[in-house]
Amino acid sequence: MAQITLIEAVTQALAYEMAHDDSVVVLGEDVGVNGGVFRATQGLQEKFGELRVLDTPLDETTIAGVTVGLAAQGMKPVAEAQFEGFIYPMMEQIACHAARLRNRTRGRITVPAVWRAPWGGGIRAPEHHSEANEHLFTNIPGLRVVMPSSPARAYGLLLAAIRDPDPVMFFEPKRIYRQYKEEVPDDGEALPLDVCFVLRDGTDVTIVTWGAQVKEALEAADALAEEGISAEVIDVATLTPLDFDTIAESVQKTGRCVIVHEAPKTAGFGAEIAARLAEECMYDLLAPVERVTGFDTHIPLFRLEMKYLPSTERVVEAAKKALAAS
Amino acid sequence: MSIAAKFEIEYLQYLDAEGKQVRDDLPEFAKDLNHMVELYKLMLSTRVFDAKSVALQRTGKLGTYASCLGHEAAHVGVGSAMKPEDVLAPSYREYGAQLYRGVQPREVYMYWGGDERGNDYQNEPARHDFAWSVPIATQCLHAAGSALAFKIRNEKRVAVCMIGDGGSSKGDFYGAINITGAQNLPMVAVIVNNQWAISVPRKIQSGAPTLAQKGIAAGLFSIQVDGNDIIAVRKAMEDALDRARNGEGGSVIEAVTYRLSDHTTADDARRYRGEQEVKDAWAKEPMVRLRNWLVAKGVWDDAKEEAWKAECDDWMDNEVNAYLETKTQPVTAMFDYTFAEVPADLAKQRDLVISLDKKAH
Repeated sequence: MAQITLIEAVTQALAYEMAHDDSVVVLGEDVGVNGGVFRATQGLQEKFGELRVLDTPLDETTIAGVTVGLAAQGMKPVAEAQFEGFIYPMMEQIACHAARLRNRTRGRITVPAVWRAPWGGGIRAPEHHSEANEHLFTNIPGLRVVMPSSPARAYGLLLAAIRDPDPVMFFEPKRIYRQYKEEVPDDGEALPLDVCFVLRDGTDVTIVTWGAQVKEALEAADALAEEGISAEVIDVATLTPLDFDTIAESVQKTGRCVIVHEAPKTAGFGAEIAARLAEECMYDLLAPVERVTGFDTHIPLFRLEMKYLPSTERVVEAAKKALAAS
Repeated sequence: MSIAAKFEIEYLQYLDAEGKQVRDDLPEFAKDLNHMVELYKLMLSTRVFDAKSVALQRTGKLGTYASCLGHEAAHVGVGSAMKPEDVLAPSYREYGAQLYRGVQPREVYMYWGGDERGNDYQNEPARHDFAWSVPIATQCLHAAGSALAFKIRNEKRVAVCMIGDGGSSKGDFYGAINITGAQNLPMVAVIVNNQWAISVPRKIQSGAPTLAQKGIAAGLFSIQVDGNDIIAVRKAMEDALDRARNGEGGSVIEAVTYRLSDHTTADDARRYRGEQEVKDAWAKEPMVRLRNWLVAKGVWDDAKEEAWKAECDDWMDNEVNAYLETKTQPVTAMFDYTFAEVPADLAKQRDLVISLDKKAH
């Protein structure tokens, strides 16, 4: 079985589903002949033709709105926003129509669509290419917000996203697109949406994160283990609808929680998890919830971007602070 | 210097404001006077429906309502040219087209009366049409996406979007006609140019002499028609649908008409437009000219007019009663359609609302 990267897992999932479901179409700028700027759709147009792998005009609004129209006619479009920073023009179509059509028509019109977007910083990209803005979408009812953190979860979650009857934002952490390989069987097996994955069991502190920061969270857990601290690591994976029960169960066990995300701190999705912990797990907490996040600034250009991104050291420090609080 | 491109926009009209025929080459459908009477009857019922809607709002039985007064020829002209298998993506006042396609007045009342079930059109072909789109021109891209689906599946169907003059300024409109041209999609965009986008007049909406010519830039067939002349609208629409169905690409039709009403019942157009302008527009309105033409042909008269109006009144009264007798949805309805299945986390909020509702009763 071949070992593949996260981005190759994306391609593998798309190819599998397109081969097994004629209604799946891929569209976006550069997705055809060029195979996408990150090569996520490489080879798909040769296999499935120019209509099922469609190079669109360069207009994000068009990509988003046409995706709604395709989905409303029973197709399963997978649209690519070339970079997360370019997704803002898509938001009106996603918020006003994709996320609402099922509700506003009492289920008469539905939007089984996926929007893929290379997400986040850390690849020395130009301005507007490195945004982490998942929190803008988690506040929109009717949307699923999904972020894989490994090749296997990219494959399984993308298959699930395409098969889901509702619209899904599928944010791909591009910093770990090619970071490592793992065996991902091309068996068409989807992973469940709406559940967190507990990646590492622990008893002293819970580290909650998603996407690219899973790497730092696991590294921090390793470093803490060397000091005799047992950290549980949770990959949220589907931000909304949130599987809060898994997070609560872990915090009830450890009594401490560190939330890690790349997006700005204020009103980031970590704030939601922290608020839920305050509401529902207050008396299980032995220490205040810690957040390790990006700053309330624009992500800087690449000379400073690694200073912006949550580091393993910051996660370790936050965990120790939580442990020192009681 | 050589010329890279030249264009001209044809203006199509069959009936003038008095109902006199200005062209001899009537299209086939217009030679069928029984059919023309049916179109007139739907225009008239649309007008009766519209007046009833405004009255319902004024008496507190509807929320804000967007009137279609003056748009009857444009709307019925579009709807009557479409085939059942086609798809309509309307803006929020195209009732004439929608009634033709089976939307029931009670559904319109329900929507503006604050109930999502108004968008759940029960009758085909409206059932497979899009619901009203409030964000301006966004529905144009849904039509383009639908047309792309038809092309991928090799279906002989056409997607139609309708927008106003204001909508033609938006990027969604440009994006939709652009990809329609680039991919040769079976899509027709109808700009119902009613001269006013709330308080912004056509003259400062665009510097282009016609709105139709925007289609030229996208590579589409483009035409301007008298939007108060149903024969012209229907003819342009039939031709555009035929071209789209035959793989000859999309079209832009600008139907020039006038919004005889306020923008919505929450608007007061007297703040920004003069009485004389409205008076002049009434002289060109779509009902009178078709009625005059039908009367001259000997197939319509005052007695028939009164009889049909009475039938429309009865129909609307029945629809109003059906609307008013519709029970409010259960409180859980706000959760039931957010996702295909209510996620566990959302189910907790639903349970909370159910318990609050029980306490309130």
